[in-house]
Amino acid sequence: MSQPGAVAAPALHGAHEAHHEELGFWRKYVFSTDHKVIGIQYAITGLLFLLFGFALMMLMRWQLAYPGAALPLIGNLLGEARMPGGTMLPDFYNELGAMHGTIMVFLGVVPLAVGGFGNFVLPLQIGAPDMAFPKLNMLSYQSFVLGGLTMLVSFLVPGGAAQSGWTSYAPLAIIAPGQTMWLVGMIFLITSSLLGAINFIATTIQLRVKGLTFMRFPFFVWTQFVTAFLLLLAFPPLEAAAVMQLMDRLAGTSFFLPSGLVVSGQVLAVAGGGNPLLWQHLFWFLAHPEVYVLILPALGIVAEIIANNTRKPLWGYRSMVYSLVFLGFMSFIVWAHHMFMTGMGTEMAAFFQTTTMIISIPSVVILTALIISLWGGSIRFNTPMLFAVAFLPMFGIGGLTGLPLAFNITDIPLHDTYYVIGHFHYVVAPGTIFGLFAGLYYWFPKATGRMMNETLGKIHFFGTLVCMNVVFMPMFLMGMAGVSRRLFDGGAIYDFAQPVLHFNVVSSWGAWTLAIFQIPFIFNFFWSIWKGAKVGDNPWQATTIEWAAPSPPPHGNFVEAPQAYRGPYEYSVPGAAKDFTPQHEA
Amino acid sequence: MDIPYTVEVRRDTGLTNGKIGIWLFLASEVMLFGALFASYILIRVGNPSWPRGDTILNVPLATFNTVVLISSSVTMVMAWASLMRHRFGTFRIYMGATILLGFVFLVVKYFEYSHKFHDGLYPSTNNFLALYFTLTGLHMLHVFGGMVVNAYFWGPGAKLWKTNPVWFTNRVEHSGLFWHFVDLVWIFLFPVLYLL
Repeated sequence: MSQPGAVAAPALHGAHEAHHEELGFWRKYVFSTDHKVIGIQYAITGLLFLLFGFALMMLMRWQLAYPGAALPLIGNLLGEARMPGGTMLPDFYNELGAMHGTIMVFLGVVPLAVGGFGNFVLPLQIGAPDMAFPKLNMLSYQSFVLGGLTMLVSFLVPGGAAQSGWTSYAPLAIIAPGQTMWLVGMIFLITSSLLGAINFIATTIQLRVKGLTFMRFPFFVWTQFVTAFLLLLAFPPLEAAAVMQLMDRLAGTSFFLPSGLVVSGQVLAVAGGGNPLLWQHLFWFLAHPEVYVLILPALGIVAEIIANNTRKPLWGYRSMVYSLVFLGFMSFIVWAHHMFMTGMGTEMAAFFQTTTMIISIPSVVILTALIISLWGGSIRFNTPMLFAVAFLPMFGIGGLTGLPLAFNITDIPLHDTYYVIGHFHYVVAPGTIFGLFAGLYYWFPKATGRMMNETLGKIHFFGTLVCMNVVFMPMFLMGMAGVSRRLFDGGAIYDFAQPVLHFNVVSSWGAWTLAIFQIPFIFNFFWSIWKGAKVGDNPWQATTIEWAAPSPPPHGNFVEAPQAYRGPYEYSVPGAAKDFTPQHEA
Repeated sequence: MDIPYTVEVRRDTGLTNGKIGIWLFLASEVMLFGALFASYILIRVGNPSWPRGDTILNVPLATFNTVVLISSSVTMVMAWASLMRHRFGTFRIYMGATILLGFVFLVVKYFEYSHKFHDGLYPSTNNFLALYFTLTGLHMLHVFGGMVVNAYFWGPGAKLWKTNPVWFTNRVEHSGLFWHFVDLVWIFLFPVLYLL
């Protein structure tokens, strides 16, 4: 591998390279055990899945904006079974909805945020030569790919893909077609995240360099560390639930099927005695921590970039870390706030709305600390910083609109409406995905030795910022008008929805324009890999240890093992010669 | 490039990477079986009637299997202890015994299962049997997985003993931790399914 960025110590570097034999193409790029290659594999696969999941959504947005209208060109390509004459069938709409959620969460955002950024950045930031278990790391990626392929192939099997939403609520999911492939895919994905989580925790505890105590960790390392615990402990219950749902579907058990369930006028011939709520409990026991798995890595990325581009230490680093750990712990005992609509009882609801109110405190502490960090900084508005700064109000909107959903009494009228869609998309789409874009622009020079183009980056940023809000802001209004969120026609058959139906058109055009504004990013990404401006090892003048490695880092990462001498964000130290004092400089 | 602390212990944590890894894995396994036991409780309390395990299942066979599995845990420790005392021959014997006992467990389980199927009792018959087959089935998969790993250390994996005995001993210890966990799960499954 050539090392264009390794201007600092080319001779040493070459000597290091000579130590091990050159690997062939397959071992180097496909079956690699190098955490950087695996990180990049994860990131690119995750980006492709994000694009695919977005494409599914754009198809749905056509049906929502113009219910029943034939979709020109693309509609005919999808076949008679899905869109006869270009008009979408309800079953296909349901497939799109279920798979959009599944793909975005489990195959897009998490692989990019944890598999991609975690794998690439975390070992570098703690000064490690690789992950603690490189082979498990490779297995984790391969298992993820298998799971992803299973999900993709499910569109092509008879019966189609899963149609019961990404939540796969029983008993619908047990009697609906397509669910078996989904469950098998999930078991692969759960295995993948289990292997990843073990690796991340072991790496963080064991492989941090000399002098790097826990309170000297960059905030990003902390977020990945807590995220790994959530993945480790929250996913197994979903695995148990997936096994039980598989048993229900294949072995005829009744774990989630109550007695006397009537389907299409017939009493279902099963033993019965099962509990549909059990599925929801097990599912949300995973899926609420999963929400934090989605957001925490993005918070970590944003914290890194804000500290770097304000040229100031993070304000309240310790409070942020304590909040983060508390947040991780609390995320295990709030899950049933997704279930206020199930009639599980007021005592349960009271407990879970209280814990949900409590969990908002650490989130607000972290967000406030990040906002105060901006105060008095000499801010550099480069592309990563723009995305990072925009993350704050977008995540803020997502978080604050969640408060009415935390209360049992206000949740009930809002829960099954577009309001909820708007709420969690503000957290994940302009929230997390902005964080991820920021990270891509920020660590791109570390991975390639070249910068991404700033002008294209800014076009990408401003276009995305405007479009995201055009897509999601109208959803709050539609939701408050009472439009239900799972309607195949976007509410067209309901009289009460008529005054707000035009927002569907606004939202859809926002989504399609958003797609156009991703073109500069895609072009920029590939163009910059080969043609971007070459830069040195530390183009952002950052303090954390990953910038001590050559860009791109060689196998084994560092020319000599670094050592940490101070905290992660020593920017603008009074009396220092330059405005940043790296962690690894004595 | 070598990953540090695969063999030697990191001083400030007092652990090797593998030791942390296996304990984390066991933590996730606790959550997996914990969720299944929690499901058992929820489904059981939600049913107006619930059969006593011994009216459907074969308690003497399961008691025999409990003894088999506990013995296999003892032989597993002995296998590791033999390595600690540099007695590779004894390790082979004890490890072989561990694998054999695991095999006996599976054979007994096979007879239990086929007897149930013969009597027309399937997972779909009722939720007691659904839980019985799912929980013991998953447990059997774990027993099988443990046997595969142990067989690897008994056979081809034992080559490591010649080049890096400390690492090999650690690996056997980690495999043993998993084996004890699988044993422990059975200690919970036995009373919950057969006796309560």
